[in-house]
Amino acid sequence: MSVKITVNGKPMDVEPGLTVEGLLTLLNVKREYTAVAVNRDVVTKRDYDALKLSDGDKVEIVRPMGGG
Amino acid sequence: MYDTNLVLGGKEFTSRLIVGTGKYSTLPIMRDAHEASGAEIVTVAVRRVSLPGTGESILDYIDTKRFTLLPNTAGCYTADEAIRTCYLAREAGLGEMVKLEVIGDQRTLFPDVIGLLEATQTLARDGFIVMPYTNDDPVMAKKLQDAGAACVMPLGAPIGSGLGIRNPYNIKIILESVTVPVIVDAGVGTASDAAIAMELGVDGVLMNTAIAGSADAVSMARAMKLAVEAGRLAYKAGRIGKKLYATASSPLEGLPDWTS
Repeated sequence: MSVKITVNGKPMDVEPGLTVEGLLTLLNVKREYTAVAVNRDVVTKRDYDALKLSDGDKVEIVRPMGGG
Repeated sequence: MYDTNLVLGGKEFTSRLIVGTGKYSTLPIMRDAHEASGAEIVTVAVRRVSLPGTGESILDYIDTKRFTLLPNTAGCYTADEAIRTCYLAREAGLGEMVKLEVIGDQRTLFPDVIGLLEATQTLARDGFIVMPYTNDDPVMAKKLQDAGAACVMPLGAPIGSGLGIRNPYNIKIILESVTVPVIVDAGVGTASDAAIAMELGVDGVLMNTAIAGSADAVSMARAMKLAVEAGRLAYKAGRIGKKLYATASSPLEGLPDWTS
């Protein structure tokens, strides 16, 4: 059984028990100046290891981009 | 001439020009334009990372020891979206200074001042240094100040329009209505627009497209630096009054007599 989540708008199947930390590692995301929200709430960095992703979770991973 | 620094949320800046990071043809050109502008604050958007997360980052071209990053909430249409974006930016390590935008209309990108006021209240209470992008409306500027804004940033004209300072009189009244810094945000098209804004007495100018969209962004960045400095100096120097008729600059006495 896999867990179905959405990451930055794209559907993704992940292993049960995968944490935010595990997801960032899996996706090879640079940590500097990066932030994560799960289901609209910001996840603080100290919670990355503890927070396990559940079925239906919507994950947003953001960084600074060009803008005015 | 002695001048004070621009103070935003207790932080002091010598440059009165804030520039963006969007729309540059290449990132090296952006870096060189930032350098030429003399700016100390650069705005950034907060967006989804491309996945997998390898690849070039805008931050490879911004020396964050020299430049203060100012995340914006561009693209947010509600106070809630804007507030969440600011929390994300803070968690990302972008600091507590935010350029707050709550957009009310897609075509004009005019602000939704009701949402803006609500978001300003919440964010200021949560310790953010809130820099709201607002209309050239003196009443709203005062309300934003009272809600805890660190400055007010009235538009000169619609974002990216390059139409210049369309209502200098309202900008003047805003300057009389608030005690926080006033920064003209949006509308500047060329150097004279920036100088006009500064001559009105505003504390700074924020721009992106005027530099990034010009044919030679690095030269335009330098032009903007000079224009902001020239406008500031002219304001501090105190311009002469306007009159309808001429006043001779040369003395009327002592003219030679050419009559035969």
